[in-house]
Amino acid sequence: MKLSLNKVVNGCRLGKIKNLGKTGDRTMDIPGCLLYTKTGSAPHLTHHTLHKIHGVPAMAQLTLSSLAEHHEVLAEYKEGVGKFIGMPESLLYCSLHDPVSPCPAGYVTNKSVSVWGVGGRVEMTASKFMAIQQALQPDWFQCLSDGEATCDETTSIKRARKSVDRSLLFLDNCLKLQEESEVLQKSMIIGVIEGGDVMEERLRSARETAKRPVGGFLLDGFQGTPTTLETRLHLLSSVTAELPEHKPRLICGVSQPDEVLECIERGVDLFESFFPYQATERGCALTFSFDYQPNPEETLLQQNGTQEEVKYVDQTKKSKTTSCNQEMTSFEINLKEKKYQEDFDPLVRGCPCYCCKNHTRAYIHHLLVTNELLAGVLLMMHNFEHYFGFFQAIREALKSDRLAQLKEFIHRQAS
Amino acid sequence: MAAVASPTSLESAPRIMRVVAECSRSRARAGELRLPHGPVATPVFMPVGTQATMKGITAEQLDALGCRICLGNTYHLGLRPGPELIQKARGLHGFMNWPHNLLTDSGGFQMVSLVSLSEVTEEGVRFRSPYDGDETLLSPERSVEIQNALGSDIIMQLDDVVSSTMTGPRVEEAMYRSIRWLDRCIAAHQRPDKQNLFAIIQGGLDADLRATCLKEMTKRDVPGFAIGGLSGGESKGQFWRMVALSTSRLPKDKPRYLMGVGYATDLVVCVALGCDMFDCVFPTRTARFGSALVPTGNLQLKKKQYEKDFRPIDPECACPTCQKHSRAFLHTLLHSDNTAALHHLTVHNIAYQLRLMSAVRASIVEKRFPDFVRDFMGTMYGDPTLCPSWATEALASVGITLG
Repeated sequence: MKLSLNKVVNGCRLGKIKNLGKTGDRTMDIPGCLLYTKTGSAPHLTHHTLHKIHGVPAMAQLTLSSLAEHHEVLAEYKEGVGKFIGMPESLLYCSLHDPVSPCPAGYVTNKSVSVWGVGGRVEMTASKFMAIQQALQPDWFQCLSDGEATCDETTSIKRARKSVDRSLLFLDNCLKLQEESEVLQKSMIIGVIEGGDVMEERLRSARETAKRPVGGFLLDGFQGTPTTLETRLHLLSSVTAELPEHKPRLICGVSQPDEVLECIERGVDLFESFFPYQATERGCALTFSFDYQPNPEETLLQQNGTQEEVKYVDQTKKSKTTSCNQEMTSFEINLKEKKYQEDFDPLVRGCPCYCCKNHTRAYIHHLLVTNELLAGVLLMMHNFEHYFGFFQAIREALKSDRLAQLKEFIHRQAS
Repeated sequence: MAAVASPTSLESAPRIMRVVAECSRSRARAGELRLPHGPVATPVFMPVGTQATMKGITAEQLDALGCRICLGNTYHLGLRPGPELIQKARGLHGFMNWPHNLLTDSGGFQMVSLVSLSEVTEEGVRFRSPYDGDETLLSPERSVEIQNALGSDIIMQLDDVVSSTMTGPRVEEAMYRSIRWLDRCIAAHQRPDKQNLFAIIQGGLDADLRATCLKEMTKRDVPGFAIGGLSGGESKGQFWRMVALSTSRLPKDKPRYLMGVGYATDLVVCVALGCDMFDCVFPTRTARFGSALVPTGNLQLKKKQYEKDFRPIDPECACPTCQKHSRAFLHTLLHSDNTAALHHLTVHNIAYQLRLMSAVRASIVEKRFPDFVRDFMGTMYGDPTLCPSWATEALASVGITLG
């Protein structure tokens, strides 16, 4: 694996990660995102519908929380989780937890970490964890780590310290076990940076983890509410400053467009793509624009539309709680609203996705009102494509030195 | 058949069916329907997409499976989103963006399925909406009006449907009323050039009533006939006899649509009895419960026995699910909350049904349908002689013996 940077502008890294995968010939662009999956499948989507989406990332994210309990099956299968789930061509990253449904806290010990599957809790020591990874054979995997320093309202220094100590111990154990495993020679361990909200501990975690032969770094514990992220951004810059340039930096739990940009400016390369999924689950379509330099006529049309929508959303935003326990953002429209009943426009004018090329807002509205399964399929197709398009726009903006413009454009839509 | 005396009946309905081959023993036929949205090979199984969607799969997926006609439902669509909106969306085809053919049921079946919410009079069926308590009257005229707005290629008359287990005078009343409602539908139909109105033979399980209905309805020169009022709770013995009676009295040059039939064995037997078109929610509904259809029956993929079964559902199946996925993966996915699991099975089960019909058709064209039937029964039941007795009798009645 080789990470080559094209340029670094105001802390943002633009580049490529090359020589990836079992055959060593795959490439990933950074900044970029990973395809979010649930139990090894993109939500709502079969291979057929997934492949109608343009710009699907080269690497998919699997979660140990959905797969750990199936480890016996995978061990017997022998050929790795990629083939098992029907995605043999995809690069795979295995995270511990699902960013959308985080686990109950309080189950990390000095010797083990637990994840929750449909069948209940799966407790993993370093050996069990590595045995599971042997059965999965992912390209990258998040190392066993203690991510609970930020779970309480007030982070104690003691707890932050413990999260760093434990995670380093797990890392050293896992690295040792990896050495002894032939099957895992082709997989890369991603070291996890912990330390809660305590600067000293964060720096220690970064420095110590960077000393180990990890393939990259996961910045854990920065997720939470929008306000908590803001206060943690300062920590984030300090952490990434300690990390080597030539290894990728992933962050978990951060997926909203404005937050993504903040993190890119602080040296983060890769993100999870669960935000489009959350929007889908609340019957919403991503409509935010990332076309920060459109033609003047379009601007006028879009602005008029955007303003109305933003106004409406501001009024109702507070009352919208969703089954995902997440409020609707101003990056989306809610297709359940009555005003879309006779709206024969596509979700987003000009969007090249399957849904926008074939269906109308009125149809999606009907599917949602009648509780039809197809609503989730079509919204997921659009939301993923829109989101992957956003990342492409980020890369292009960085290339042409216009990220500030994109950022300002996105922020205008975030309020 | 002579056109009926009524002044408003169709003088000469288009012959939309061309018979391409006939089995020399049984009544099986292979044909081609010529419909406004393209040709359809028969015998055909039509998947049911009640509310302007095939549950969980896109129009493109359905097209890729080779489906060329599917169902929508007047009762449901009439309530949500309503005919006015669908008309604005350029008909049901435009609304769901389906380029091939659509058949809409009239709302008649809901009389039975939603019997507690409905009341039948000569005027029509009064339904109480389960969504907002509002009352709607579905008359023959209103049903045709909605279907005219939907723009489906085949529309069904509103019939007075009673449960197949019903006995007594209500059955006769419903049969005669269905004839009167057929005439009202024919009179109300605004688009006979674009939409084919089918009659629905009623009469329950009473041979005399059914024969009367057949005699009367075949006087009306409609483009096709459906055999209705069956596929409820009746015994299979009664069922096949009513089907056989119906096909023996229906014109050969018009399609025979047996409503609500979808189990593989039933399809094969009823093709032998002379039916051309079928619809049923079973294959798609059972998919959403984790059941995959195979030539030997079905696989309940949620069961533990499939946990480590790394074979595809059916190694002979060319559908995307079988090409890419194992039973073990589907088992895992079915135990998660990812709806993709349901869609994988829906795709497969539709592929199974369409493939079955294709194979049936090929055997008729190639003059080996009776052998096909024997093979089919052998695969399904282990031995052709182990097939259920009603099926054996039904097949025997049209000259096919099972060894």
